[in-house]
Amino acid sequence: MRFNHGMIERNSVLLLVLSFLTVTIGGIAEIVPLFAVETTIERVKGVRPYTPLELAGRNIYVREGCYLCHSQQIRPFRDEYERYGHYSLAAESMYDHPFQWGSKRTGPDLARVGGRYSHEWHMAHLIAPRSVVPESIMPGYPFLVRRLDAADIVGHLKANRAVGVPYTDEMLANARADLEAQANPDADTVGLLKRYPKAVVGNFDGDAATLTEMDALIAYLQMLGTLVRFSDVRPEHLKQ
Amino acid sequence: MAADRERDIVTGKSTTGHEWDGIRELDTPLPSWWLYTFYASILFAVIWCVLYPAIPGIDGLLGHTNRRDLAETVKAATDAQAPMVDRIRALPIEEVRKDPKLLAFARTGGRAAFNNNCAACHQVGGAGARGFPNLADDDWLWGGTLADIEQTIRYGIRSEHDKARMSLMPRFGADGMLTPAQIDDVVEHVLALSRQPHDQAKAARGAAVFAEQCAACHQKDGSGNRELGAPALNDQIWLYGGTRGAIRDSVFNARGGVMPNWEGRLDEATIKMLTIYVHGLGGGK
Repeated sequence: MRFNHGMIERNSVLLLVLSFLTVTIGGIAEIVPLFAVETTIERVKGVRPYTPLELAGRNIYVREGCYLCHSQQIRPFRDEYERYGHYSLAAESMYDHPFQWGSKRTGPDLARVGGRYSHEWHMAHLIAPRSVVPESIMPGYPFLVRRLDAADIVGHLKANRAVGVPYTDEMLANARADLEAQANPDADTVGLLKRYPKAVVGNFDGDAATLTEMDALIAYLQMLGTLVRFSDVRPEHLKQ
Repeated sequence: MAADRERDIVTGKSTTGHEWDGIRELDTPLPSWWLYTFYASILFAVIWCVLYPAIPGIDGLLGHTNRRDLAETVKAATDAQAPMVDRIRALPIEEVRKDPKLLAFARTGGRAAFNNNCAACHQVGGAGARGFPNLADDDWLWGGTLADIEQTIRYGIRSEHDKARMSLMPRFGADGMLTPAQIDDVVEHVLALSRQPHDQAKAARGAAVFAEQCAACHQKDGSGNRELGAPALNDQIWLYGGTRGAIRDSVFNARGGVMPNWEGRLDEATIKMLTIYVHGLGGGK
């Protein structure tokens, strides 16, 4: 008897067994690598959970679909290294849920945009991109000067904790206060900076009286790629 | 379902032998070029998996990684530039400018670094934008000598750096230091200083306010002070606009642009090359 499709199709048990085998192979190829994900995270120092204000800014980044035009992933090629800096590490997005690597660059990569431009530049650029970059095709976001609605910020921290971000009880308890302190130049930020080292503190949007969506988004942009000090990173830290 | 394979009269090809309600199906074989390409690509994938890292935890036979590739290409480029870059790093900046080959290299390297890091605010070519100074003219807020420019690039203006250039204009209106009438007067005086149409009576009253509140930094004649980054107000060059409304806004809310510090972000040689490039944009002193 020749072994052919006709034989498989006429024998339902054989069909079932062979289908199961095929799906199993595909499943193994997709599932097994997930068990090795932990090993891809480099052992570098400095990466911390987002401050409440940065997290609120990140939510705005996601809400406005910034990832559709901006990637946050510097690939290990010389041209990207020269333009954007050190290639992105898996460790740098280990607290991202979901990650913002993106898949398309209509605008530039933002993985290391933090500290590169002043808060004023970000304000001018977000309100009217072409006022500072004449050739830009980015849409303006002038409406972000509205008040930030972050009543549910503790919930966002809790949700992140549920998926593995190490927010402590102390961070949850201080979330509201930290959110407001980060954008208030007169606030006491000692606790905030202890909980979230290297957080950028200040008046982001030039309006000290109101906590706006601009404050949140610029706070997020200004910390991107700044947490790992690459001058301290040795090759053995990058081993995966 | 019949199991008779028979030849189709129209195409000359064999049928599958199946029949559904009188409909038979041609059993046209795949084109052989397609089939062999398919087999070849399976073979290619197997070879690829052996040579390159394809399975977690197993390095390919070639030992290739993108990160090592990058390290090698960067090293090759750095080595190629090293003879020039090392001399630029070692020499004082004035000496670099005296050597035509080094100067040409520094200008090119400086332009690349400028377009990548500085042009977002100062524009390609350094023409600037509202709130971001023009670097291609000879009007300087903090000084236009090589040393001044290098200091500004290195430490920034009102940046996070301890050695940043610092000065703080008071918010005369927002903090209630001047009355609205006094602000109106001093705005007319600034319009007068810059030889624009103005209200003579208000400007005369404003001169007194200016002498008391503004002259310490901007000088009595409005010529400014580069030690403090206080711009000249007696010319036609405006960073935030020279209209009545814009000046009033500046007096009311104050201005204080921020430039990031580039020390630590850019290496020594790049900072020097940038300095030479910016100095050479047209306004270097």
